[in-house]
Amino acid sequence: MSMEAAVEMRGITKSFGTVMANDHIDITLRKGEILALLGENGSGKTTLVNILSGIYYPDEGRVFIDGRETVISSPTDAYAAGIGMIHQHFKLVDVFTAAENIVLGYNEAGRKFNLKETSERIRSIAARYGFEIDPDKKIYDMSVSEKQTVEIIKALYRGARILILDEPTAVLTPQETDKLFDIMRNMKNDGRSIIIITHKLAEVMEISDRVALLRGGKCVDVLETSMTDSVQLASLMVGRSVSLEINRPAVVGPQDRLVLSGLTYIDRDGVKRLDDVSFTARSGEILGIAGVAGSGQKELLDAVAGLIPLDSGSVTYLPHSGGTIKLNGLDPRQIRKLGISISFVPEDRLGMGLVGDMGMTDNMMLRTFDEGKGFFVRRNEPRKLADKIKDELDVATPGINFPVRRLSGGNVQKVLVGREIAASPAVLMLAYAVRGLDINTSHVIYDLLTQQKMKGTAVIYVGEDLDVLMSLCDRIVVLVGGQVSGVVDARTTSKEEIGLLMTSYEKRGDLGSERQ
Amino acid sequence: MSVSKKKHTEPLLRVVKYEGMSRSRRWLVRLIAVLASLIVSGILIVLLAGINPIKVYGTMIRASFGSSRLVWNLLRDTSTLLLLGVGLAPAFAMRFWNIGAEGQMLVGGIATAFCMKYFTGMPTFLLIIVMVLASLIAGALWGLLPGIFKAFWNTNETLFTLMMNYIAIQFTAFMVAQWEVGVGNNTVGVINPDGHEGWLPGLFTSAFNKDYGINVLLVLAVTVAMFIYLRYSKHGYEISVIGDSVNTARYAGINVKKVYIRTMVLSGAVCGLAGFLAVSGVSHSISTSTAGGRGFTAIIVAWLAKFNTFSMIAIAALLCFLDQGALEIASSCNVNTYVSKIITGVILFFLLAGEFFTMYRIKVRGKH
Repeated sequence: MSMEAAVEMRGITKSFGTVMANDHIDITLRKGEILALLGENGSGKTTLVNILSGIYYPDEGRVFIDGRETVISSPTDAYAAGIGMIHQHFKLVDVFTAAENIVLGYNEAGRKFNLKETSERIRSIAARYGFEIDPDKKIYDMSVSEKQTVEIIKALYRGARILILDEPTAVLTPQETDKLFDIMRNMKNDGRSIIIITHKLAEVMEISDRVALLRGGKCVDVLETSMTDSVQLASLMVGRSVSLEINRPAVVGPQDRLVLSGLTYIDRDGVKRLDDVSFTARSGEILGIAGVAGSGQKELLDAVAGLIPLDSGSVTYLPHSGGTIKLNGLDPRQIRKLGISISFVPEDRLGMGLVGDMGMTDNMMLRTFDEGKGFFVRRNEPRKLADKIKDELDVATPGINFPVRRLSGGNVQKVLVGREIAASPAVLMLAYAVRGLDINTSHVIYDLLTQQKMKGTAVIYVGEDLDVLMSLCDRIVVLVGGQVSGVVDARTTSKEEIGLLMTSYEKRGDLGSERQ
Repeated sequence: MSVSKKKHTEPLLRVVKYEGMSRSRRWLVRLIAVLASLIVSGILIVLLAGINPIKVYGTMIRASFGSSRLVWNLLRDTSTLLLLGVGLAPAFAMRFWNIGAEGQMLVGGIATAFCMKYFTGMPTFLLIIVMVLASLIAGALWGLLPGIFKAFWNTNETLFTLMMNYIAIQFTAFMVAQWEVGVGNNTVGVINPDGHEGWLPGLFTSAFNKDYGINVLLVLAVTVAMFIYLRYSKHGYEISVIGDSVNTARYAGINVKKVYIRTMVLSGAVCGLAGFLAVSGVSHSISTSTAGGRGFTAIIVAWLAKFNTFSMIAIAALLCFLDQGALEIASSCNVNTYVSKIITGVILFFLLAGEFFTMYRIKVRGKH
């Protein structure tokens, strides 16, 4: 690593309406270093890199590439300056091969379009940095990690010397993350400079040389990673000292509450999303669900909630008072009519859990509006509930009738979780409940879940951060390709064990295709 | 700070979303839009027709407010258009793009005309009730079909309802041929010209076509009822949830199929009622032009009013005012009708642009 600057951003300011997303930020990326950009949601990380990659134009401030002032007013300018961005959401054409995607839209002067030669060049790039890629494989046949590889090679193919990765590990298993980090180190040793956006402190510590902390649109500090630790980073990120510990009381008197047996679901495209899933959720414990994104987590919760029809298997509810009730085949309203309270915080908060254009009051009655007789809805109780949740969970909103779509992510989630908990559920299911939330709000949610657990609720928590799953949950079910690959004790397991379980499907999948 | 700002590649103009504009400011923007439209169309009037724009505007105002008869005409047309807009409101609030109001109104009109022709023996009051019911049912059936197809097979409701219009128009042509008065005339003529059976009387006089008080009252009642239905009923709540997200509706346990069908039946029925008004309350006849494109104009009414039934009153009145004015300009200022249509077009264009500026701002380079 040299002290020479690859990128220097000086006085970068960008506002959206009244919000200052970037407020006079000065940041330097040195040649051959990995700089982590750390900050909570809404701290301005993405805006800053979007300015660098030509998506936004700053209101004020200047950018220097290799010491020369450079105007970047479009993504094309950014490529010309050697900047390549790997977005969180991949921008690939599904029906094209890797090679086709890589050259798509890239018009190299003096070169003819030649896919064979392209594939050769892709292979040589891959060999140089340790990627595994098949240039002729179609995108729709690829795993998320392979798609990410294509995105990175696309940037390298176009000669990017400065790479920006926006939360690259969110969609990866621990093993894939390790592989990515090896590649990043190889690129760095080759003299390329890398900015990685993340909010996982452990990763910052592992991969970065320096870390820049953003808070409220300002750059509050830049530190040498070797001179700091997660606790210091967390407090700098939040602005005051925080505890990263999650309180996990012991499970008291667990009872079987929800028995899933042999759940199988085939979606409209004929893909088996759930494959013989069986496990039991107990009262008074938090059951974690781990797995790479898209391993069947969504379908599992939807199936229990009665939103999708099962092809086989059963969901049995065991009330506190004894007896058994079959839930499969019932829709959410029928389940509710049986007096069974299953609360559900879905992954898509505004597209499924809440009505974005409505205020808190109207959202409170989403699952109860049809109760009681009469043609008209009653808004008295929902209004009281909205006021209560606003006070107890400290929801920042101009009023309980203000459209929830316009609240910040954390407040939206407080409204949703607040409503679902207010129903005094016997089973509480949550999908990615803290995604996009800041550390404080995340801990508010963890505390609420632990409170529910102590009240005897059976909590099912689908998570993506293994560290959190391991310190919040009591047991963890690992899903792979719609199958349960293992159930582990969260107190004694290790990241490696879960990581192995998360990938064990690939073998099984191969077996499956051989059988065909 | 920076000494030299040599290169400027930031775009000169940028559109920026602007939320939270105050109500009074919003109305100011709209007022400016109206004034601007008057100025621009004034210039066009001078350029195209060479006449004094003030005189043209005066003529327009006189065309709607010059006499009590003209005012009643304005109210009559406004109420029919408003009723169609109100009929579209529940479907649109559900993001179900019913563009079949034209056809739903026509079949409502045919049902009305049928009753008028064949049930002449009934007492007037009873006959009118039967006609109202018949028009509601006919319109409801016309809405039911696309509702069912959307609910069960997720067909595109825009195409479906649009095609249903053409079926309705051809069906009307067929009925007109069946009922034509005078062979080869291809018009139904006035139905029951002597006994006036099934004619909707005036509110203030028992004479026909003197005032349209009953039309106005009926439509206002439906408008208020629809507002209450959408805002305070469980059905209305379900409609809003589906309009926001079908996934959320399913999560909430709402039977989406049922609501699609139920709401389209309602939407079609109200549009069918507009057919009753047109036939029993205004023309006492039926033809393929009974709806006259108003089913499509109603889409503009519903959109401009953002599906709020009360705002629709003002929009419907404005559109009818412009329409009546355009006709009058053409005849009394002696210009061709295209010029008057250009003028109403310009005014509408500016009003729509005004709505744009209540939500977005243009940012000029370098200014913050």
